[in-house]
Amino acid sequence: MLNYTLRRLMFAIPTLLVISFIIFALLDLAPNDPTGNLPLTIPPEVREQIRQSLGLGDPFLIRYAKWLHQFFVNEPLNILSQITGADIFESADRLRIRSWATRSPVVDLIVQRMPQTLWVVGMSYVVGILIAIPIGIISAHKQYSIFDQLGTFISMVGFSVPTFFTGVLLIVIFSVKLHWFPSIYDTNHEVTDWSSFVFQIRQMFLPVMVLALYNTSQISRFVRASMLENLNQDYVRTARAKGVKEKTILLVHVLRNSLIPVVTVIALGVPTVFSGAIITEQIFRVNGLGQLLITSIQGGDIPVVQTLTFIFAVLIVLFNLIADVLYGILDPRIRYD
Amino acid sequence: MTKLRLLLTASAVALALGAATSAQAARGSDGELKILYWQAVSILNPYLSGGTKDLHGSSMVIEPLARYDEKGNMVPKLVDEIPTIENGGVSKDLKSITWKLSKGIKWSDGTDFTADDVVFTADYCLAPDGGCQQRAYFSDVTKVEAIDPLTVKITFGVPKPFPYGPFVGSQSPILQKAQFKDCMGAKAPECTDANFHPHGTGPFRVTEFKPNDVISFEANPYYRVADEPHFATAVLKGGGDAASAARAVLETGEYDYAWNLQVEPEILAQMAQAGKGVIVSSFGTQVERLEVNPYDASAAAGDARSTKQAGPNPALSDPAVRKALSIAIDRDLLVEAGYGEAGKATCNFVPAPDIYASTANDWCLKQDIASANKLLDDAGWVMGSDGVRTKGDARLSLIFQTSTNSVRQGSQALIKQMWQQIGVETELRNTDPSVFFGGDPASPDTFQKFYSDIEMYTNNFDGTDPEKYLAGRMCDKIPSPENGWLGENISRYCDPAYDKLAAKLAGTGKLADRAKIAKEMNDMLIEAGTMIPLIHRGDVSARAATLDGVRMNSWDSQLWNVASWSRKK
Amino acid sequence: MTDAPQPDIQLEALPQERSRAMQLWGRFRDHKGGIIGAVVFLIIIIAVTIGPYIHTIDPQFLDIRSKNQGPSLIHPFGTDNLGRDMLAQVLAGGRLSLSVGMVAMALSLFLGTVVGLLSGYIKWLDGPLMRLTDLFLALPLLPLLLVIIMLFRETLRAVFGPETGIFILIVFVIGITSWMHTARIVRGDVLSIKNQEFVLAAKSGGTREYNIILRHLLPNVMSSIMVSATLGIATAIITESALSFLGLGFPSDFPTWGRLLYDGANFLQITPSRVLWPGLAISLTVLSVNYMGDAFRDALDPHKVKH
Repeated sequence: MLNYTLRRLMFAIPTLLVISFIIFALLDLAPNDPTGNLPLTIPPEVREQIRQSLGLGDPFLIRYAKWLHQFFVNEPLNILSQITGADIFESADRLRIRSWATRSPVVDLIVQRMPQTLWVVGMSYVVGILIAIPIGIISAHKQYSIFDQLGTFISMVGFSVPTFFTGVLLIVIFSVKLHWFPSIYDTNHEVTDWSSFVFQIRQMFLPVMVLALYNTSQISRFVRASMLENLNQDYVRTARAKGVKEKTILLVHVLRNSLIPVVTVIALGVPTVFSGAIITEQIFRVNGLGQLLITSIQGGDIPVVQTLTFIFAVLIVLFNLIADVLYGILDPRIRYD
Repeated sequence: MTKLRLLLTASAVALALGAATSAQAARGSDGELKILYWQAVSILNPYLSGGTKDLHGSSMVIEPLARYDEKGNMVPKLVDEIPTIENGGVSKDLKSITWKLSKGIKWSDGTDFTADDVVFTADYCLAPDGGCQQRAYFSDVTKVEAIDPLTVKITFGVPKPFPYGPFVGSQSPILQKAQFKDCMGAKAPECTDANFHPHGTGPFRVTEFKPNDVISFEANPYYRVADEPHFATAVLKGGGDAASAARAVLETGEYDYAWNLQVEPEILAQMAQAGKGVIVSSFGTQVERLEVNPYDASAAAGDARSTKQAGPNPALSDPAVRKALSIAIDRDLLVEAGYGEAGKATCNFVPAPDIYASTANDWCLKQDIASANKLLDDAGWVMGSDGVRTKGDARLSLIFQTSTNSVRQGSQALIKQMWQQIGVETELRNTDPSVFFGGDPASPDTFQKFYSDIEMYTNNFDGTDPEKYLAGRMCDKIPSPENGWLGENISRYCDPAYDKLAAKLAGTGKLADRAKIAKEMNDMLIEAGTMIPLIHRGDVSARAATLDGVRMNSWDSQLWNVASWSRKK
Repeated sequence: MTDAPQPDIQLEALPQERSRAMQLWGRFRDHKGGIIGAVVFLIIIIAVTIGPYIHTIDPQFLDIRSKNQGPSLIHPFGTDNLGRDMLAQVLAGGRLSLSVGMVAMALSLFLGTVVGLLSGYIKWLDGPLMRLTDLFLALPLLPLLLVIIMLFRETLRAVFGPETGIFILIVFVIGITSWMHTARIVRGDVLSIKNQEFVLAAKSGGTREYNIILRHLLPNVMSSIMVSATLGIATAIITESALSFLGLGFPSDFPTWGRLLYDGANFLQITPSRVLWPGLAISLTVLSVNYMGDAFRDALDPHKVKH
């Protein structure tokens, strides 16, 4: 297994390089432009000067090489000198990756957005998983019971109604009519004591609900399907014939085997936590990584989009690897070598 | 912010308060002001980002020498009076303007505001490789010099009948030399701290800046008006969409002010019924218009598409068609469906200020399907059995493009149906705004390339003088492959007589004469049918019912007088 | 465990194919939810195909004087803010949404299943195919769409006309950007099945590779595919609405369910029926497909053969 993991890690490096090149080429081809959102009162020749000052006049390959150098050399060195507190390798002169819209280092932007994304999107993922697994188990165990039918119904509705609608609906009900929860997330809020913690929970509640509904729907379907699959296996029948308690069969044997594919689904979903929830973040103004990505795409802010998507790519490759390794560990039938 | 600085601030506030009489001691008495912009502010240096939201955000901190008030009049800010020919501030040959700065103005760090700062700001924008986004405001400037610490003289290379480009309005405020002196040219983007926390002369100063998210402000203790700003702190939050921004002010009351609410009018009206807020609007010079392509835009034309080489547009080159398209539109209906309070039907390219607004084209205000049909009949366009008119090989079938935006798509649908009644078939198309307005020469969907027959968008001019705006329709401003599709003359209008008038306007100083020429140019454009103006668009925002002092302004930043905003007691 | 594959191996002769189909249908019929799902789905399809001939109002006809109306006899679902009839729009939108949803889902399932089966079963293909999957997962969707639309919109429009051209484009875009999860899941299943005794037995019994894949692996991964299918159809319908919202989908005068829902969201408090009906239509479609999927899965489950 270790061998396999190492081999995969080695493979990951060229893969990621290829991915970074393709993303860069794609962004370069894409027709949106950094001056697209500026007022039309700015004349065309000034727009052209702006593009030149952003370095858009350089050939494609040079821009790509610059980005590679900044991302793989300058930024890590910068982080290193920040951690050690020492000014190693003349960090002041190093060119950092800068956003075209804010002119500030992209890494700083990402660090700034991380907390709210983890709080809201991460929490909704955890909540989603915690609700989904019991629902999936019960639905499968009592297949076609009222609970199962209801669970299926709610999760299908939850999945088929898009977040742009549920978000508005929840705001109208809970913020406008009932005044229970704020409709706008305050990113300046700091948790220092009990009451500020309560406020944090209140402002997280609506976006987490919207996202958790979606996550729960998806994961509980997979848990249910996987449980059903296993319940029909011969080993279950054998165990039953042997007189093993139904509860033990369900929670020990079947659950263990059914969670194998579910773990994959969950691990594969983790990178999407970091990429944020674009629509939900927009509606509640959580302004996390998802909002950063979408505003940067719309604003043609290539350095931000490139860096963010590349970090997502790293996470995706990493979590795919983790999923595969977990799979190998959990399921003795799989042999990679 | 260090403790020491806090302490200094506090003592400065105490000093300021001590000096003022008790009646004026109202600075910071109204708590927190919460402003919501659904497009978040990216940077507070307007020279590095000309986005409207960035200009408005920075207008709370840094100021120009003079601003426009809500009626479009110039009001002095950092000077005692506006220089004119009459008071000797503008030279007789119209080639220079001299600003006299007010005494005793201080930056938010306590240092003196001087003419050096003004001179520096010009140098900053004109430095090569800086990509200064407000360079157009400094066009024809040859020299900016400090005559003495309180006098600045700007010299132009050509006579400027309207010399109020540099340092007037939210687009070109003054930066502090001490803070930005190491940030010239190519180094400009690297001064993140200065760009995010500029020192200013305005009512507020930045305490924390989260780019594209939220800005926290506190009252500037050195602000020149003793009892202003009335709010002690302010928050400018960004993100989301216009409808939910309106909801946060009008329905939930979480915020005090929400900017630019282009949402269907009935939604706003319904939200306003909650009574927590009020909708405010004002009109500037924005006109939603249809640009009419005189050239063949079909894919068959290949690379020559939408240029003179492609040949005339089979349908739109006929003046009768252009006129019929215009009078078939019921502009009031478009206003009612999509704009409400924030729109008026118009037939002009230059709809305001009043002295420039022509009335010669008001025939278009009334929808007249019968005359439109007759015009087309007379011009030889025969109604086909499928309800579409043809003339020879040409068919009145148009591609109608605009940017993606629910109000625009509504207008598109309405216009399509109106044109159906005169035998015109329309194919609608909408394009992501960042592509449509992006100007990427590789994309076929930009508004400059105009690969369609009709295009709808809005444009305006900053300030109150339409000279440059009108000059944008001259022959040499036509976008084409030769100039990389750069150019403002989207409808590819070209008339030597018009160019001559533009030159004449540039050399005329007297306001009444300028107005006459401008109207004449406006009428030429409309008469030629090169564009079909639809709606004079206003700005709509919402304020909390408890917020006093908002004077909605389309000529400058909407936050131009934020210093005198206060909480209703 | 060892006796599971036997019936399959014996079923290889051709005349028995038909009886197998009959058998499947028989088992499908036993599934109550599946039948209800199929009926609802059929009703929706019939409604959107025949409906416009009964309710003959043009979905694009604007009657601004009767805008924002609640349900009435003339407009059973009310009207929108430009006075368009909502029932007519929901019916017209259903045609587009359903066809986009189903075709895109089918494309994405096909791609995902093929990639998943191949990379799970054929060892040397695993690495390259999974890296390809990583690449597609990592690609930023929006710029990708902008590029695809920029490159192909004109060409497709010229060949197929505006509506069909955009349809092909959208189906293609949704299909190629949503197959990755199916592929990952199918591969995972195949990896765990391929070393089980019945597969090994079939292999040593001389069954051809493609037969092993089709006969033994595919039925066993069917349940995962069915889950992906039901989720996929919803995703496709919703992705389409996001595309139209971004100006990358159908022109604004071709309504789709997702788009109707999106446009109606802000009118929630004025005309609730604007969001109710499209939302209900999407949910019902997804639900019915889901139940049919359940029934299919049960019918296909090789372990049930013996009952």
